[in-house]
Amino acid sequence: MSTAKKISIELKIWRQASKGAQGRFEHYTAKDISTEMSFLEMLDVVNVQLAHEGKSPIEFDSDCREGICGTCGVVINGQPHGPERATTTCQLHMRAFKNGDTLVIEPWRASAFPVIKDLVVDRCSFDRIIESGGYTSAKTGAHADANAILVPKDDADLAMDMAACIGCGACVAACPNASASLFTAAKITHLVSLPQGQVERTRRALKMVERMDLEGFGDCSNLGECEAACPKEISIEAISTMKREYFKALLKK
Amino acid sequence: MTLDSRIPAGDLATKWSRLKNEIKLVNPANKRKHTVLVVGTGLAGSSAAASLAELGYNVKVFCIQDSPRRAHSIAAQGGINSAKNYPNDGDSVYRLFYDTVKGGDYRSREANVHRLAEVSVNIIDQCVAQGVPFAREYSGELANRSFGGAQLQRTFYARGQTGQQLLLGAYQALMRQSDARKVEIYSRREMLDLVLIDGKARGIIVRNLVDGQIERYAGDAVLLCNGGYGRVFYLSTNAMNSNATAAWRCHKRGAAFANPCFTQIHPTCIPVSGDHQSKLTLMSESLRNDGRVWVPKNKADLRKDPSQIPESDRDYYLERRYPSFGNLVPRDVASRNAKMVCDEGRGVGESGLAVYLDFKDAIKRDGENVVREKYGNLFQMYEKITAENPYQTPMRMYPAVHYTMGGLWVDYFLMSTIPGLHVLGEANFSDHGANRLGASALMQGLADGYFVIPYTLGHYIASEKIMPVDTNHEAFKSTEDEVKKRIGLFITSGKKGNKTVTELFRDLGKVMWNDVGMARTDASLNRAIADIGKLKSEFWQNLKLTGTDLEMNKDLEMAGRVADFLELGELMARDALNRTESCGGHFREESQTEEGEAKRDDANFSYVAAWKYTGENKPQELLREPLNFETVKPSQRSYK
Repeated sequence: MSTAKKISIELKIWRQASKGAQGRFEHYTAKDISTEMSFLEMLDVVNVQLAHEGKSPIEFDSDCREGICGTCGVVINGQPHGPERATTTCQLHMRAFKNGDTLVIEPWRASAFPVIKDLVVDRCSFDRIIESGGYTSAKTGAHADANAILVPKDDADLAMDMAACIGCGACVAACPNASASLFTAAKITHLVSLPQGQVERTRRALKMVERMDLEGFGDCSNLGECEAACPKEISIEAISTMKREYFKALLKK
Repeated sequence: MTLDSRIPAGDLATKWSRLKNEIKLVNPANKRKHTVLVVGTGLAGSSAAASLAELGYNVKVFCIQDSPRRAHSIAAQGGINSAKNYPNDGDSVYRLFYDTVKGGDYRSREANVHRLAEVSVNIIDQCVAQGVPFAREYSGELANRSFGGAQLQRTFYARGQTGQQLLLGAYQALMRQSDARKVEIYSRREMLDLVLIDGKARGIIVRNLVDGQIERYAGDAVLLCNGGYGRVFYLSTNAMNSNATAAWRCHKRGAAFANPCFTQIHPTCIPVSGDHQSKLTLMSESLRNDGRVWVPKNKADLRKDPSQIPESDRDYYLERRYPSFGNLVPRDVASRNAKMVCDEGRGVGESGLAVYLDFKDAIKRDGENVVREKYGNLFQMYEKITAENPYQTPMRMYPAVHYTMGGLWVDYFLMSTIPGLHVLGEANFSDHGANRLGASALMQGLADGYFVIPYTLGHYIASEKIMPVDTNHEAFKSTEDEVKKRIGLFITSGKKGNKTVTELFRDLGKVMWNDVGMARTDASLNRAIADIGKLKSEFWQNLKLTGTDLEMNKDLEMAGRVADFLELGELMARDALNRTESCGGHFREESQTEEGEAKRDDANFSYVAAWKYTGENKPQELLREPLNFETVKPSQRSYK
């Protein structure tokens, strides 16, 4: 039943001691890798081996390892999260590779995501985009009954499609302009699709787009790389919604 | 130390509303003079921090992830319970309360559980107002489904990503308060100790995980919302960074640890594929609504393609043994039965440690599209990990550690045995007894954060005389020194050894899973205590660690956590050894019915076992909080 095999992989991995330090690629060989392993488990194995050799392990971020927390993410042979569609780095398995393959592994590259160490980047700029307006101002406490406002199923489904964003940053890493448009647009579209998101509609679009620019993310040139890289398959249509919301908001300003 | 649960007197159904009318309030102008430290940003932490900031308190929030949005609540799939009774199937606060007390096998406090059921109704209203995109019907109304162990449709959900959506709702509320400058967020920080001044929790010592610096933060109260300790088993469905260090450090400072042996083994997880495995993946229990669990009747069929095994040769053992609940029996029962059939040698897959979860009949009945609509993302997740298509071949499942019902002891106000240290969500022990029902963890985390602590914390602040302190206080210095000394120990002992922290951790996990896992015996628990003792000395003598403490060093972080897991693991074994009854997820083989079901011993064990730390290498002292059942009469749970 099992199709597990052992393979050997050549790795060229970005090593960088700290923020602002000079980085470089280092070469490692991962031997005896089961194709049942996840990509990050392969890195775990390499790290144990490095520790035994007295070398410092490769730092990389990961947490839930089931594709939902958005913590992990590296560029593998030029592709954020690697070669499989709709798959986070942690969900990628070694069966996607062949014996003897060479993998070039880098951190997300964007000036708004500075490298902290090796493959770990600082994505606090995403938090600041949400902070600028990615919410409804509902206070804690007594609210109207949840069924008091009906929401058409199609609207709720669209909101959910957009809210599925895990904030991993692959869209930024994939974009030649390092634009955070897909991330920002997903949140704007999620909230604008629901009646609860209407009150702050104008303010939200203005603030979030301005914050995104301020953080140093580039603009969108409609290349669509973000959509292709998105592990949650968020549609680029979100970006047209965001643009529409933003221009409408500018007129109201 | 005595345990005073501070449960309000009088009628169960009105305890909470009466208490809210009676407790002290903090004047809005005074709230801004108080600082609250919140550790952890999952559902409990984020919702508490956002709610307290909105009330006017200054809140400082700490998380080990790079963003509060990544806390492990995000991975919860199935749903959140609420006694809304929208489907009109007869649900009520009482029924949710009753089911939770019964599901917890009569090892939780009635008063806490009743409050949980009461506020469950507000949670859904709150989340909808925040824009949480719950599933809806074509009518525009919210959709509900039934969920493991419940005979009512009381579970609200957002596809298979309910935890994610609820957490993002709470995170967004938190970021709104951050924008209002009422919350300061400190990410990539790990709490390494609690600072006590005059016996009260007044601050924390954290390590900045980016540069390794040790930092001090002072406040008027500390809220610990750091989740559960399931990773003590190494392999679990918990996230890689989930850990018990913050809670364990507080335990060593005087917070009693309650019911540590109550762990939940979730029945439907993807089986282990090899030694390299770093964590396990849960498949939502909602799958059991439509999937049928079976193993072959005959061992000769184990290696066969499951589609070639005729109906007559399949044993749908849950449907056979529990005709009224069938595949929807509670988690502990489902897990134990899976273990039982595998122990009989009828487990499937490479390792023989798996059972089938089959959607053939559901697909035939409802069509593939309906099944995809309900479970699409779960099926996709399964296929990514196993490279098998569950629309065509049954899933293979095995139980895995998922949740810990035990945790720091708290009273009705959610305060631990250390004044000012409050514990919320999975980190406390309070509401789930010996077994948690599905879709109740999200409910509890948000109940604690949105609807309980905003009131009870105010009472603490208004009733205690809290002197102003800053981080130059001697207690901060001495606690920081201890933290630094300990980190220094890891670095120096790590230069000598031969085993990496991952390897040592894996060894601990094997001991915990084999001997303190799904079935426990006097012999296995004693063996575990002895083995953990050996592992402890091996850890300090043979640890291999590279790098320094003044840089990002994930192995060093993990070393600290594993050192604490070793001590916690031992306490879990001791607690399990003490509790010679079976109840909920705690199964002592010596205490079972003739049919192999868990057999409680109410005469001797109807209590919360709270363990008090007494010093390095000394056994903890057992304190008992008796459980009184005034409304629900404990009975032998039966799901037949």
